[in-house]
Amino acid sequence: MTDWLSPEEWRAVALSLRVSFWAVLASLPFGIFVAYALARWRFPGKQVLNGLVHLPLILPPVVTGYLLLLTFGRRGWAGQVLDEWFGIVFAFRWTGAALAAAVMAFPLMVRAIRLAIEAVDPRLEEAAGTLGAPRLWVLATVTLPLILPGIIAGVILAFAKAMGEFGATITFVSNIPGQTQTLPSAIYSFMQVPGGEAQAARLVAVAIAIAMAALLLSEWISRAVARRIAGP
Amino acid sequence: MTLSVTLRHRFAGLTLDVAFQAPPGVTALFGRSGAGKTTVVNAVAGLLRPEAGRIVAGDVVLLDTAARINLPPHRRRVGYVFQDARLFPHLTVGQNLLYGRWFAPRGPGPALERIVDLLGLGALLSRQPGALSGGERSRVALGRAILSNPRILLMDEPLAALDEARKAEILPYLERLRDEVALPILYVSHSMAEVARLATTLVLIEAGQVTAAGPAATLLADPAAAPALGLREAGAILTARVAAQEPDGLTRLETAAGPLWLPRVAAAPGTTLRLRILAQDVMLATTRPEGISALNILPAVVQELRLGDGPGALVQLDAGGERILARITRRSAAALNLAPGSPVFAVLKAVSVAQENVGSGA
Repeated sequence: MTDWLSPEEWRAVALSLRVSFWAVLASLPFGIFVAYALARWRFPGKQVLNGLVHLPLILPPVVTGYLLLLTFGRRGWAGQVLDEWFGIVFAFRWTGAALAAAVMAFPLMVRAIRLAIEAVDPRLEEAAGTLGAPRLWVLATVTLPLILPGIIAGVILAFAKAMGEFGATITFVSNIPGQTQTLPSAIYSFMQVPGGEAQAARLVAVAIAIAMAALLLSEWISRAVARRIAGP
Repeated sequence: MTLSVTLRHRFAGLTLDVAFQAPPGVTALFGRSGAGKTTVVNAVAGLLRPEAGRIVAGDVVLLDTAARINLPPHRRRVGYVFQDARLFPHLTVGQNLLYGRWFAPRGPGPALERIVDLLGLGALLSRQPGALSGGERSRVALGRAILSNPRILLMDEPLAALDEARKAEILPYLERLRDEVALPILYVSHSMAEVARLATTLVLIEAGQVTAAGPAATLLADPAAAPALGLREAGAILTARVAAQEPDGLTRLETAAGPLWLPRVAAAPGTTLRLRILAQDVMLATTRPEGISALNILPAVVQELRLGDGPGALVQLDAGGERILARITRRSAAALNLAPGSPVFAVLKAVSVAQENVGSGA
């Protein structure tokens, strides 16, 4: 499998997959929580939270990357706290690339899940309550299964966005081969080098293949889920 | 166990202020749409918090605004059968039925097999709710509520979304439920036919107020309550026992008022039935009519005569201890010289008791 990609190219692809996987997995619980809060709760500052979540979608990615650097960089307040207390370092590591990808993909994930939650009939949750189910049980046995198609859509969208994230990543954690050089950064680097077009083209093909695979997988899963819910 | 409800709640355009008791059996909350019936049931279930009120099921206080007690819905243990069934679409019928089981207290409760049998759900267990008919959905919702082992059962117009044929299919199940499962049932309806078949206690709600309440048989035979219940629908309940199926297609019934012949009732001899005799189907005569086609002629004594504002009059009769209500004109009442104590004969055509008004049980 590796013989048609150079080790350097292969590293970039593997890193991108790893970064995107962890970005999506780590942000999913927050994504569900924020989507639920925005869909169902009324609280002061709801519009502010909504704006904050959507900000990375509207801001230039370079600005988001710069803000991440200020906050989570070695001298950023959050970066220092996380480093001292938990030993987690984001600056110029693959974890930083994952953080940048997660932040950039978050609005898409929240939006898909929020729409799914808004489509759930709250009267079904009421019915579960009258049958004796406490709140969290209702969430786990009624709400979550019903929004599963929305969660899957959100995850795939976020994964695709994370795979393609470039501006915030390169601003926040730079473009270090093997450390922070993701697929888009690698394509960008190869294009800066004379004679690198062939390498860039191979990576472009890989990117297209991964995107298509993700799309087909999501279609297949959501159909299977919809079939299960609708009944034979 | 008795459910006792006292509530006060204000909406735009309606002030709900009710107090009533629901003893074991079916207590029907009867009234027009918008009278506040569903609000009462939602408050009992804990889905709505009234401004003031106290709701007690047996010895458990579900709500007491004065004492700041308000149990959340999942701790009230009320089985709620919603008008729109509200089955979980992602679970099978069997999983829907057992949903409440996870949270029901340990110990004896209704057995799945028995409820599946009672409601005829055996063939549906592995189906998804999306593939069920309206009547099947209602039955599953009913079973699901019962199997959560509740203290009381709430039913908010469980038949309103069904056509007449489906209603006729479900009613016998509800009757069996009333007679075989010892639960107080609060039943919301605006259909007098349903109420007359099912209710043991009747609470009449008009514009947010209780205007009449009491045992169903007494209230339905009360001429004073009839205008509020609907004059066209007024009619007393008669308890009857199937005596014999006769070869010409009629069924002979024994009642305390005397024998009755009705078009074939599909029930075995010995079965107890509940007949609703509409007041407008009863004719009165002062002497025993002869040469008349009507088969059912019951001797009775006038108990009460109530003249309406219009041309009509309602007469309550005592026939061997049973109450019968007759709706006649004021002119006839005057011509026959009717007064409390007058001996009369109540005449009832055999075909005038519709099948939907023949129910089982007490």
